[in-house]
This record gives sequence, structure tokens and C-alpha cells, in this order.
Amino acid sequence: MKISVTDRDGNKQILEADNNSTLMEIIRDEGIDIEAACGGCCACATCHVYIDNKWMHKLDPIDDDEESMLDQAFDVKKNSRLSCQIQMNDELDGLELELAPE
Amino acid sequence: MIEKTDVVIIGAGPVGLFAIFELGLLNISCHVIDNLDKPGGQCAELYPEKPIYDIPSRVSISGQELTDDLLEQAKPFKPVYHLSQQVEKIEKLESGEWLIITSVNKSIKAKCIVIAAGAGSFVPRKLPISDIAHLEEKNILYAVRNKSILEGKKLLIVGGGDSALDWTNELSKTSNVTLMHRRKEFKASPDSVSKMLELEKNKKVNFLLGQIKGIEDLKNDKIKVITKNNEEIENFEVDYLLPFFGLKMELGPIANWGLNLDENLIKVDTEKFETSVPSIFAIGDINTYPGKLKLILSGFHEAALMAQECFKYCYPDKKNIFRYTTSSKELQKKLTSI
Repeated sequence: MKISVTDRDGNKQILEADNNSTLMEIIRDEGIDIEAACGGCCACATCHVYIDNKWMHKLDPIDDDEESMLDQAFDVKKNSRLSCQIQMNDELDGLELELAPE
Repeated sequence: MIEKTDVVIIGAGPVGLFAIFELGLLNISCHVIDNLDKPGGQCAELYPEKPIYDIPSRVSISGQELTDDLLEQAKPFKPVYHLSQQVEKIEKLESGEWLIITSVNKSIKAKCIVIAAGAGSFVPRKLPISDIAHLEEKNILYAVRNKSILEGKKLLIVGGGDSALDWTNELSKTSNVTLMHRRKEFKASPDSVSKMLELEKNKKVNFLLGQIKGIEDLKNDKIKVITKNNEEIENFEVDYLLPFFGLKMELGPIANWGLNLDENLIKVDTEKFETSVPSIFAIGDINTYPGKLKLILSGFHEAALMAQECFKYCYPDKKNIFRYTTSSKELQKKLTSI
């Protein structure tokens, strides 16, 4: 499985993904600069990403915790999500996302 | 006045707090410095309500409960806390001691420094907009230090948490306040929220749905804030913009102390957890060594071993006799003294 990540300089990278990880972990473990300060417990907003619109309907809907954490993020859009809250699965093979500014 | 102690601990997170205890068992006194206004570090600031499941013997404990218990456990050793300040400078004295100077000019003399600063100190998150550095601290304020300069001015406060709402409520008494947030739901305490809604109803506060898109310097001590709500763009001319987007962690002045670093982490040995500078130790999330795991329990272990080495600096002429709290009458007396 793969996901495509566009960093803040506009560079696109294709990353190897697996079902055991969240999107944040896949991005972080590849050495891409994503802060993820709280380590993935939805207690900060430093793993904020924009999910490519065509993949949005495949994600579980955002919950209250994540929505309120997004209040600390900048430039929140309709396709904003916290990447630590999205568990990779077969359905998401090929998913495209972009890192939000920080 | 210069205060004196054996060890200065930088960081009042769980590992810094447990270090007080481990050092205390060896009769070593501590002062603890933290940039936040309360002890607990990330546990108290980022996830006070979240359960932690991997503290030995605690099946589940919240970040705040862990903090409270560690404070209680450290109490018999009478630590001195210096909160809401950051260590700015350290200086090696001829006596071999360290002089530690904080951002509010407090000076403390100590034999050892223990850095237990986690991922660094918490500082307000700044706006990720380029070319606004010259406006920060001028028209853009991430914290309110002097309320009086805001009197009678036009302010745009941004955010939906406690800081944003508390300052909206407070400053609306003396300034023209607009509060902007991306949605009309707030994370702040219900009390602050209802107060703000009441003020809005009485036209003491303007509420605006939206986010910051850009900022322009109007060169007349005012700034233009370009805001966006979905596709709708609106411009605001204000004297001050106060964005409250929570806190982030930064290594800060520690980076300039000449310690061997590895990607913003401090290299230590795994016997004493001492840094490349003798009598400066680093424990918890801020250090790195082969096999390091960023766990609170690893930090606790590191604190115990660090204390053994600190003893040699604090009592160079004394022999450290290792004693258990279960058997030592002296330790028991100390631990139950309060």
C-alpha cells in the first residue's frame, strides 16, 4: 500500500504504508517534518493535513475531539484532518494528502 | 539576591518532579524551574484528562492525577518551584558551581543542573505567515503582558479556547473587541463561553466567523487583517491582533549551552545520564542514547541513576550508602515528616 504526501515546499513523495499505522506515524517515520508534538493522542494540532477531496468520503467522519483540536490549527479547510486520528486501511491505498502550514 | 541549592532541575514535568524525590532520598536539595505557570509539563498542559496506561502499578491514571501524586511524593523534600520563567543563561563559576539566571532575572547557584525539559519549553504558537516578524510584539501579541496599552484600542482576538475567551471577556471592558473563530463552538470553560455570548448579545463584543488569511502593515501603527470565512474575504483594520492558537514546544536557550546535541536532543551516557558537560545531566524525553524510548517510566529510571552521580558532586567527601526506603529508618522519618 502507498500514500502520497506533499510537503510544505510542494514536493510530492510516495510512502510505503501499512495497516498497523496512522497516517501521522507513516509520515513521521519516513523522516518528513511533521511535528506531532503530543505523540498521537489528539492533544495538539501539529499533525494537521489536508486530505485530497476525492478521498474524503472514504475516511471515518471526524469526531468532536479532533474537531475541537483543529481549533488550534491554522488555515483549517473542509478537508482538514489530524493525521494521527486516521488509521491506515486497505480502502485508503493510494490516498493523497498535503501537510498544512505550521 | 542569589538563592542557593544543590541542584537546579529545569522542567517540572513528571520526570523533573520524580527527580526531586530521587535526589531528596540522597539528601540533595532542589529548585525547579518551569516556563508554565503550573507543574506537570505536557501531562498537565497537553493531556490532563487523558488516561495513561503504562505507569507501573497504575492501571490507568490521568496526566493531572500523575502530576498531583508526583508533587505529593516530592513534598517531604521541600523543593522550591520557580514557575512562569525560563532559564536564559547558565554560567560556570570559579568555585565549580553553576549560576543559573532565569527570564525574570532570578539567580540561583547550584552544584549540578538537571535538564528534564521534555520537548523544550511551551511557548505560544505563532502565525505561519511570512513577513510579519516586524509586527510581532508590536501589533501582533501572542500574550498580554501589559493590559494598559490596549485601552480604547481596536482589537481582533482569534481562537476558541480559554485564553481567547478570557481575554475577550476581560478586554471588552476597556477596548473595542472583535472575537474571531472558525466555528461558533468553543473549547473554553462553559462559564467563559456563556459570558462571551452574553457580551455579544449586549453588543459589547463583536463575534465573527472566520480565519486569518493574511496581514498587511498599514504603516500607521495599525494593521490590516485579511480574514476568510469559506470563500468570503473581509478586511479588518485594527490596532492589535491577538491570536491564541495554543502552545508549542521549543528547545529555546538550552541549544546554546555547548552541550552535544543530536537533532535537538541532548546526548547522554546510560550510566549517569550526564551530558557532554560535567555536572549537567539530561533525563526524560529531552535526552538521547542508543535504544532510548520516550516513556515516562524510562525518565523515572534515568532520574534514579542521575541522582547517584549528582551525590558525588554535592557531597564529594561522603560515601553514598545505598539504602532502600523499606528498610532505612532515616528515610522513613524524612518521608513521613509532613
